[in-house]
Parts: sequence; structure tokens; C-alpha cells
Amino acid sequence: MKNTIAERVFDFLKNYPPFHFLTQEQLYTISQNVKVIYLEEHTYLFKQEERIHDHFYIVKDGAVGLFRSLNTLVDKCDEGDIFGLRALIRKGNYILDAQAIEESIVYSISSKLLEEVIQTNIEANKFLLATFATNTRNPYSNQEKGTLFANVNTLHRNTFDEVQSASFSKKPIICSIETSIKDAAIIMTNQRVGSIIVTNDDKPIGIITDKDLRTKIATGKVLIEACVADIMSSPVITYPQNISVSEAQIAMLQHKITHLCITEDGTTESNLIGILSEHDLVVLQGNNPSALIKETKRAITTDKLRDIRHKAHRYLEGYLNQNMPIFHITKVISAINRSVMQRAIQLSIEEMSKKPPVAFSWLTLGSQGRSEQLLFTDQDNALLFDDVSDNNYSETKNYFLLLSEKITTKLKQIGFEYCPAKMMANNSKWCLSLKEWKEQFNNWITVPNEDKILLSTIFFDYQIIYGHQGLTNTLSDSIFESIKRYEIFLNFLGLNAIKNPPPLSFFKHFLVEHSGIHKNQFDIKARAIMPIVDAARVLILSHAIKNQNNTILRYQKLAELEPQNKDLYESCANAFKILLRFRTQQGLSHGNSGRFIDLKSLSKLDRLKLKGCFKPIKDIQELIQVRFKLSQIL
Amino acid sequence: MLNWLKHKDYPDFWNEYHKNFNSKTAHTLTTTRFVIFDTETTGLNTQTDRILSIGAIGLTGNVIDITDSFEMYITQDTFNPETVKIHGILKQGHITKVSEKEAIQLFLEYIKDSILVAHHTRFDLTMINNALARLQLPKLKNKTLDTEILFKKTKLCNQHNQRYSLDKLCNIFNIAMHDRHTASGDAYITSLIFLKIIALLKKERKITLKDLFFGQNRRGLL
Repeated sequence: MKNTIAERVFDFLKNYPPFHFLTQEQLYTISQNVKVIYLEEHTYLFKQEERIHDHFYIVKDGAVGLFRSLNTLVDKCDEGDIFGLRALIRKGNYILDAQAIEESIVYSISSKLLEEVIQTNIEANKFLLATFATNTRNPYSNQEKGTLFANVNTLHRNTFDEVQSASFSKKPIICSIETSIKDAAIIMTNQRVGSIIVTNDDKPIGIITDKDLRTKIATGKVLIEACVADIMSSPVITYPQNISVSEAQIAMLQHKITHLCITEDGTTESNLIGILSEHDLVVLQGNNPSALIKETKRAITTDKLRDIRHKAHRYLEGYLNQNMPIFHITKVISAINRSVMQRAIQLSIEEMSKKPPVAFSWLTLGSQGRSEQLLFTDQDNALLFDDVSDNNYSETKNYFLLLSEKITTKLKQIGFEYCPAKMMANNSKWCLSLKEWKEQFNNWITVPNEDKILLSTIFFDYQIIYGHQGLTNTLSDSIFESIKRYEIFLNFLGLNAIKNPPPLSFFKHFLVEHSGIHKNQFDIKARAIMPIVDAARVLILSHAIKNQNNTILRYQKLAELEPQNKDLYESCANAFKILLRFRTQQGLSHGNSGRFIDLKSLSKLDRLKLKGCFKPIKDIQELIQVRFKLSQIL
Repeated sequence: MLNWLKHKDYPDFWNEYHKNFNSKTAHTLTTTRFVIFDTETTGLNTQTDRILSIGAIGLTGNVIDITDSFEMYITQDTFNPETVKIHGILKQGHITKVSEKEAIQLFLEYIKDSILVAHHTRFDLTMINNALARLQLPKLKNKTLDTEILFKKTKLCNQHNQRYSLDKLCNIFNIAMHDRHTASGDAYITSLIFLKIIALLKKERKITLKDLFFGQNRRGLL
């Protein structure tokens, strides 16, 4: 029997997780059994200590607030949000109040029915677990760890392969049609190849692979004295030389073969010019970044470096689409960035009239220093040179300022924009001798103020890109010594780390920017990424761990040092990975820094993903507040 | 008067329906079951036009229960091609249809003694009563409410002489007009409007079930 209203409910639910994981039939069964509840503003759906209902809820229109005691808002649920999942555990009482913040329509769904339906649906099950986990007070329980976002399937098309043309072996191993199988095998063995093309007048007519030798010769079906024509696969599949990687992959899959012949015009009627094997494709994909790094080392112009950096940018897109782990992506992109910068520095030194007068190191700061920069952003750098006598100081400094000028100009040409705050080595404030840096940092640590703390958060994440490692080590040592003597500095740093509390949830204009050009957009950097980064920094510094800049590695180290907080640190690292991936994707799709996100453009799933990251931020900030006794300072 | 004599001639389903009204349980606004319904018809003439479909949904307190819904399509003898473009129900559609008698019988079983609510109730009620008459049966015994009249009781209504169509109320209450001009779709929309009106009235003053019927004797759409 037709049920128009159930169909309407179906149409709504199908857009939201976990319902979109269900089959049509499953979802329709649920839709037919929904109860529609109308809530006036301020009315309660359930209260704390009330026995749980046998239903859970999803907001259709309006908004429902979940409150802990004394009207503390814990979460706001709007269209498509589910709540009251406690019903799924079927015992106990509610621990929160659910109250309509505005006039709302809520669908109530029988928990028993959902259970029956989703028992076989792993995806939906995982999602509910994850949601439940983020709604409970202890989202770090071991059962749910790692499953939080495991259900998010992102199968994108592999875009970067489509643009890339496949490189093939230009000297294919060939033999004539009269060759004996034994001779062909000897040629293959000598040439160390797994296939041989049988040609006639330079045109490919057949192919023999290792597999043919296994299945047709070793089995005794054909004698080794026989002619290659007896066992070759014929005709061969041919393509022109501009075949792209994805075309090649598809062709191999379609024909269930592992080798493609490349001919002049792409037909069997023209001359053979190469062979493309499955192995070539694998090598090609695996080798991209390292090939690129090799290329940088050979680059002699800034333009070439720019091309390389842009190529890396395209890989980045491909990696994200392939859902490669974000930590791996940051390693690859940072390595390319490093080598591009190193080459730019080398080229600049070559342009100078003489060699550097003393040892120096070129440092990158901030996100570059932490190896977390994926998109093109501003360059933040500094230069550190060895101490010289007062007489030689100004000459030396001028040399390095001139060098820095050349380097920063090149970096800009490559695509790293100038830092608007001029935090660059060509600024005489940030091109200093070792002694000056030590004094500067010591001053920041011993006489901190808000500006100095902010500078510390940028400068203390430095990483040497080029030059003398010993200099930077000395500087690091001096920083830790100063901190050791003025531990109060860490408290200030801690205070800075908790100044941006995480947003509670997404709710209309609840936590977006209220003014400026980014009005009504969500600042993912300031509100989500930096709090995690800042927390990691102050904690790692408090353990006096040197040379550990990367946020993910910092949390790994912290988990090692404080096993009792392992779960929290791991969830911070995970949240960071999700946020970084998110920002990068946003940046790539909008061609900007990805910092400001229009919430309306996000899918429900994305919003939930983001929401899940806020909980660890809140908890790490609580930990910092307690550990550094910040409530006393506040 | 001599009703009890006639009773014997009525079919069982009518007698069963009739029995529902014997119980004298007092209901309140939150415990009584409302049935919000709508009919799609071949036209607006209650004498010559026929019911194409009946859609209805049960509502108790502030909960609309989708399991408690009713959706029936009726086979036609007369057919007015003009109205097809409004309701989209063809004479020979792919939807399962039942005879008028069957539909009316199922409808009576479904509504029991609930309070019937519709938008411009008078029209839908007359259509059903005329169908009952064709079966030689008396009129519906249920109490009825009209969302247009109820709306005029609220302070939101400032022009009492104006007509308020379902579309107009959807705009006022910000309700998405899905499945408009299907009996079930309109019944569902009407039920949301009904809930919102009751909430408004409750906010304005303390109301009881009885208050809703006050001033009901105004004519509907006809």
C-alpha cells in the first residue's frame, strides 16, 4: 500500500547518516514507523534521570539543545542531527536534558527497529557507535578508538593520474617470428625482462611473457624447440605513445593483460616504439616524489623550481583523493618543499659575489617548521649566523641580509608569498647572530608579554632547512636552559594554548566569524587546528624534548612519555590529521588557504567529522589548565 | 427518533463504527486522538463529483504517528479529466484502488470516534457523507474541526473576513509544501498546521478541548 507520508520521511532521512548507509528497503521500513513529534519552544523531550525511551530522535526542523545540569548547553542539534542514542543501550536513565531551543519537529525512531535493521549493516553500525562515542563523556574508550571516522568512505577519482602521461620502456626486447622458444627465453633472461615482443618488419605481432613460459612450456604442452609463434599471444594490444596512466590501467584491466605495446600511430600496423608494463605503472606511481626531488637537485632556474613545486601541488590533490594517510602526505610534501627551498638557497649563494663569511643556518618557522604545510601559504623564515667580532658584524649582517633578500625573492617566485607581518630573514630583526638570537629568545622567555608569547609560538617551531646544524642545536639548548630557569614561561604558553576554546557544535551562526570579510564562515585554523598545535608545543616543551616540531610526532612522543594520557594524545593526533586533511581539501577545492570554511557548503558527514574533532581539543585544554595551574592565573 | 429500528438494516461495519460512540470516556486535548484527513475529488461539486482518494493521519498529543496513517485510492465510474492536472490521479493509474464502498468501510474502521480535522472540513465532510448516502448510510457521527476556523481564533490572524487557503497557511507557518494536492500530503501538512495552531492558542490562553469547538458554526468553503 502506498504511503506518501512515509515516502516523505524516507526522502528526508536518506540524506543523513547513518540512514544513508541503509538499503532502500531497510530505510522504508523505518520511515513507515516514524513518529513525528512537534515541540514548542522550551518544551522538553526528555529530562535527566528520566528512564530512557525506546526511541531515539532526529531533528527534522528547528533545533534541540542538550543540557547538563544548571542549563549548561552540551550540544545543539539541528536539522539531521541525531540524539537520545542512549536508547540504543536500552537501560538506565538519560544523563542530559533535551529541550527545544526553538519550535521544532523531531522524528522519533524505534531503537528496536533500528537495531533489527542495522544489525547487518556494518557501516550504519559503526556510524552510530561513533556518534554515540562523541556524545558520551568518555569518547576514548578502547572499543571505539579508530572507528570514529573509519566509516567515512571517500572514493574519489584518481585525478592526478589522468593528467600524467605514462612513461614506457623505449627499448623493447624483441625477437623475430622464427625464433625458437628456447632462444627467446635466453634473450629474456639475459636482458632481465619478463616479456618479449615478437615483431615482423618492426611491427608487433605477438608477445610472450613469463606466464606463457610457465603455463605452456613448463607444463610440457609445447616443446622448447618450437617456434615462438606457437605460444605467443596475438594480436597485441597497441596504444599511441601519449597514453595516460589511467588509460593504461583501464586498458590492462579491460584486456586482462599486463603489457601494452606502444606504436607510432597506436595501431598494430605501425612500428613498435616501446612497451609499457604493469610494473612500469607501479614504479611510476611510487617514484613520483623522489623523481621530483631529484629534479630539484638538477634545477638551475627559479622557474624550474616553481614548476616542480606546482607539480607537487598536483600530487597533493591526487594523494588526498587516493585517501593516502595525511601524515605520509605531509612527509612527502615537506620533503619536496625542503628540497625546493634548499635549491633556491644554493642558487642564491651562487649568485652572491663571495661565499658566506661564516657558518649560518636558514630556518623555516611556523607550519613549515613543523612540516605541516601542505598548501601554498606565506613564507615564514629566519636566518642565524655564527658570532663574529664586533668589527666584522655589520659587514657580515649585510651579506646575510642581501642573501636573504635573494632567497625570499626566489621563494616568492616559486609560489611562497611574502609574509604580511614580514617574518622573514630579509628583515634585519630576523637575521641575527647566534648571540643575538639567544638573547632575544631569553628575553621572550624571561620577560614574556602577549606579543612575545605569540612570537615564541611561531619561532620555537623552527626547522633548519640549509646550513650548519650545530648552530641551531646550540640555539635550541639555550632555549631549554632559559625555560628551565623561568618555568613560569610555560604557564604563559599554556595560557596562550587555551585562549581559543573549541566550538561547541555547529549551529547556524553560533560559532562562525561575526564580522569582517569572513563573516559567517568557520575559521578552521584559529578555532580548531591552532589549539591542537599550541597544546602539543607547550606540553612537549614542558618535557624538554628537543627537535620534535611536528604536531603528530609530538603527540606520539607525549603518548609515549605519559602512558596514562595515551588515549587523549592519540585522539588529539587523530583530530589534527582530520582537520589538516579537511583544510587542505577545502583549500584545494577553493584555490585558497582553506582557512575559512562556509558551513553551508559542508555535507552532514563533514560537519559531523569536524564536530568530532572538538571534543579532544576541549579535553587537552582542560589538561593544560590543570597541569599548568592556569585557573590561578586566569 | 426511530433510529434503533433502522439500525438492523445497516451493514455490520456501520454498526461497529457506531458502537465507538457509546463509550463516554472524557478526553482532553493531550489524550484524544485526532484524525487529520483530506480528500482528493474529481471536482468541486459535492453532488456530481466523486472522491478519488482519502488520506489521513492520526495525532495524539504532539505526536503524529506514521504507522497510524490511512491512504486509499478509489476506482472511478465518473471521471473528470480537467482535475487530473491538479491531483495527478489518472482513471487507470498504477496505484492499487478499491471501490468507494470498500474505501468508506475502511475509513470508518480507521477513524472510529476520533475528532476529524481538515482544512475546509465542510467540503471533505460533505464528500464523505454523500458517499455514505449512496450506500444508504447516515452521516458521519464524529466531531469535526476546521484548521481555517481554528486559525482565525489565533492572534496571527488579522483579517477575519479573508479566506485562508492551505497554501497561505503553509506560508504563514513556514511549512514546506511537499506532496501538495495528494490527499495524504495535504493531510500531513494540515496536521502540522493543526499542531502549530494549538501551540499558538495554548500560548495565548489556557485552552481545553471544548474551546476548540467554540464558534464552529461558520460555514466552510461551500
